[in-house]
Amino acid sequence: MIPVSFDYVRATSVADAVAALVAGGEDAKVLAGGQSLMPVLRLRMAAPTVVIDCSRVTEMQGITDAGDSVVIGAGTTHHEVMNNPLINEHTPLLAMATATVADPAIRHRGTLGGALAHADPAGDLPAVALALDAVMTVVGPQGSRDIPAAELFTDYFTTSMAEDEILVSIRVPKLGPGWGYHYEKFQRTAQGWAIVGVAAAVQRNNGTINQARVGLTNMGPGPVRASSVEQALTNAAATAESVAAAAQSATDGTRATSDLHAAADYREHLARVMTERAVAKAAGI
Amino acid sequence: MTDTLPDSLTTQSPMGRPLRRKEDARLLHGQTNWTDNIQLPGMLHMAILRSPMAHAHITHLDVTPALSEPHVVAAFSAKELGDLNGAVPCVWPVTDEMQAPAFPALAIDKVRHVGDCVAVVLATDRNAAFDALEAIEIDYEALPAVIDLEAALEPGATLVHDAADSPGTNECYTYHLPGTGIPYDEAKAKADVVVKRRFINQRLIPAFMEPRAVVASPMGVSNEMTVWSATQIPHILRVLLALVTGLPENSLRIIAPDVGGGFGGKLQIYREEILAVQIARHLGRPVKWTETRSENMVATHHGRGQVQDIEIAATKDGKLLGMKVNLLADMGAYLQIITPGTPLLGMFMYPGIYKMDAYDFNCVGVFTNKTPTDAYRGAGRPESTFAIERIMDELAAELNMDPMELRKKNWINHEDFPYATIAGLVYDTGNYEAATAKAIDMFDYAGLRAEQERRRASGDPVQLGIGISTFTEMCGLAPSRTLGALKYVAGGWEHCTIRMLPTGKVELITGTSPHGQGHETAWSQIAADILGIDVDDIEVVHSDTGRAPYGMDTYGSRSLAVGGQAIKKAAERLIEKARVIAAHQLECSIDDLEYAGGAFRVKGDAEKAQPLAAVAFEAFSAHNLPDGVEPTLQAESTVDPQDFSYPHGTHLAAVEVDTETGKTTLRTYVCVDDVGVQVNPMIVEGQVHGGLAQGIAQAMYEGVEYDEDGNLLTASLADYLVPSAADLPSFTTSTTETPSTTNPLGTKGVGEAGAIASTPAIINAIVDALRPMGVNDVEMPASPQRVWRTIQEAKAATA
Repeated sequence: MIPVSFDYVRATSVADAVAALVAGGEDAKVLAGGQSLMPVLRLRMAAPTVVIDCSRVTEMQGITDAGDSVVIGAGTTHHEVMNNPLINEHTPLLAMATATVADPAIRHRGTLGGALAHADPAGDLPAVALALDAVMTVVGPQGSRDIPAAELFTDYFTTSMAEDEILVSIRVPKLGPGWGYHYEKFQRTAQGWAIVGVAAAVQRNNGTINQARVGLTNMGPGPVRASSVEQALTNAAATAESVAAAAQSATDGTRATSDLHAAADYREHLARVMTERAVAKAAGI
Repeated sequence: MTDTLPDSLTTQSPMGRPLRRKEDARLLHGQTNWTDNIQLPGMLHMAILRSPMAHAHITHLDVTPALSEPHVVAAFSAKELGDLNGAVPCVWPVTDEMQAPAFPALAIDKVRHVGDCVAVVLATDRNAAFDALEAIEIDYEALPAVIDLEAALEPGATLVHDAADSPGTNECYTYHLPGTGIPYDEAKAKADVVVKRRFINQRLIPAFMEPRAVVASPMGVSNEMTVWSATQIPHILRVLLALVTGLPENSLRIIAPDVGGGFGGKLQIYREEILAVQIARHLGRPVKWTETRSENMVATHHGRGQVQDIEIAATKDGKLLGMKVNLLADMGAYLQIITPGTPLLGMFMYPGIYKMDAYDFNCVGVFTNKTPTDAYRGAGRPESTFAIERIMDELAAELNMDPMELRKKNWINHEDFPYATIAGLVYDTGNYEAATAKAIDMFDYAGLRAEQERRRASGDPVQLGIGISTFTEMCGLAPSRTLGALKYVAGGWEHCTIRMLPTGKVELITGTSPHGQGHETAWSQIAADILGIDVDDIEVVHSDTGRAPYGMDTYGSRSLAVGGQAIKKAAERLIEKARVIAAHQLECSIDDLEYAGGAFRVKGDAEKAQPLAAVAFEAFSAHNLPDGVEPTLQAESTVDPQDFSYPHGTHLAAVEVDTETGKTTLRTYVCVDDVGVQVNPMIVEGQVHGGLAQGIAQAMYEGVEYDEDGNLLTASLADYLVPSAADLPSFTTSTTETPSTTNPLGTKGVGEAGAIASTPAIINAIVDALRPMGVNDVEMPASPQRVWRTIQEAKAATA
């Protein structure tokens, strides 16, 4: 279909974008890579009066080493994320999950910040941000503030960012030594959304799992931290049996929904199977 | 295979060579016109208000508020359109009693499926036309939606069509075809084993790459109304648009420019085409409409949609005795061009490649509040092939026989051809043994069976399954008398005119209408072979009734099998005319001339020769033609095929099924197709690959879903899953070549083979993987969830 007509503003700085957002009020929308927004506009599921294009704001670009973390500009494309040496060295789970997003054409336009701010429950990257305790830096008319991933995703396609705030960068803490990782995605087609996805990072010390972080995709209104699984894995034996046992609690705290491709019970089953597989691979089992 | 041949071979015949397609350079470089690219002065854009309801009364409809919107020139509902609201035709009344309800281009008082056309807006800007739709006032009063085929036939069911003259049922027709043998019940009485299955051959969406588009311009040459349409059938469309609109056929010119796929979905006269022509005529301005993908999902006809009750009877040692087929075929809300006939295109093919003593076919067409169905790649034959090839596997399991052995025991042996089948056809040729032996060898059948045993024994969570499909189909639509006997209103002939111009270039005018098939290349190869000239010296003219006036267009794998005959005959006739002129020029008898390498030569005198191009110039100048010979060098032929052709093949699939998640991964796909003589093996291979992708898609990915209110749930490509290359393995394809005897080129047709053969191969493989768990069927598409549930149910049943 064809979008309703709207005004288009090309922001040249974060301040510029925020000013436009304030001026636009509740009918303004931020455009990053456009890979989620454009279909929504075309289907007339959203009809903003003004679209603020942030794709050329240089302050929202770039990937830098900040010592104990990697800071990624919100406007960084998926393609850049998955191929960036800093990310591959220090937070490879993000690179791995990003490589499963859609197809190369979309990954060349879509951005990490856009994917997080869009907060699609079937998106892969919110669960990764949650599992890795990423922190979002957002800027609004009152200045900037940090939002931990655990506080960002509040509901379907909804975040704790105010209407006049823009996500500017994402700080991802580096994993120390001894960590393994895996993103296990279950999908119908190669380019499809996750029916269920599991982001797992596991710190292993010989025969023991010291600690694990597990984030689930599409198991509720937003990404879910599989805390019960993480607890069960803390100081657990690094064996297939203990991983399988821990994975049984993958659905604790989830609110799986039913759609065309998976009813809730099947989705829950998949969450357990995918969690077992993701953790086992992350732990090198 | 994709490289052009070395220079040393260029003097040989172009027939049978894998030449690169002539049309690809312009397509790949964007140097072509799609219908949507066409811009005309004064052109208006049409946007369509479609029903969001599956079944409802229109209680209020007022288009006038749209007229106040920016850039809007006109708006119409059925009321404003009046007599211009043409009726969409159905040309295949399959029985005398068939219920054929009215199908107005714009709905009158009632809507019958989501996407039904209610009103249109015409504006000078496309976006403005879309925006103005929201200003139209419309209220609906919802009616219960008719969705389920069996429920639709129950007494008291809500009627999709309830006009005063309606027969008061959702049954469109009942068609019975008795086999040529003994009655089925007699055969069944002798059987040791009878296997029954209900298969659901789900609805599919053609999902071609280029959405439909039409431009109607009343400002052509003289009184001409020119219609550009992304259609497969410009010639048939011309006849039908003339009949529907009352415009004189001789002032209608239909052009199908380069068309981006169709798969049967553009074998149609659509209401949007009628509306564009009628409104262009009414307003005196060009009108353009281009379908959005969202519209495409609800407004382009769907395919398949059958409930198949299949019964097969056999002796305990595996000899087939008879087969009984009872179909419910989903017509959707209205009858389109060949909606009722589409399931019947499969009725001759349920017995497949097998001998049996009895056959009985019955089909009931059913109206529902869904998008109309019609032809989709294979049209009736994929459904029949699925049924026979699936039930052969179930019978083999019942008999504890290897499914390939069961097939070998019952198929028609190569020495039995021509063979009169139980369904009443005569298969001219075939060699199922040869194709199967080659496929088995390429597949490593024994090795895979051994791996399957190992996985079963070890309780591997990933099980291996092997699926077989030994299919045949009927191509080359069709002998006109046969079509007449089936009550189809048109014929099945094809036309070709070949003209050598004074400069030695050749125009080959065909009545076929390619939309991705590569006719420009293949037709050039056929003619170049006979004319002895270079393939690149031939321009294939097609799909424009102004330049190629006669034809029956492209569908049903007919273009080569039927159109190829006309090319051959026209080329031969051109040479015969040229021979008379050349003999005059060389002052010899025509019997003294031999024709080779593009020149006539006097036998025994190599010096005396006349190139064809020189003959063409003489025919043009006409300074020295023999008495009684007319100027110009051209010849034509219109061929009615003597019979169908019957491609066949053996397809083998190996799948891995993750029993923990239900996910199926297609690991290996081997097929050996016998499509008769191949004009261009690279095009054949491409057709097989594309067909496989679509057939595999039906088995594993694609399926239309409606909710109980008739809302289309798979209304976007995010939910209706068309697989991409990334979802499919590298196919291993090969061919055997048993020439058809029903046409002089020995060709059969390949456009639908892959789509017909592959679907049962995949489902057979999945069921084969899971059979030890108690699974004996999986509904399509075999999604992970569906396979997982099937496993859980089988486990529960055997626990």
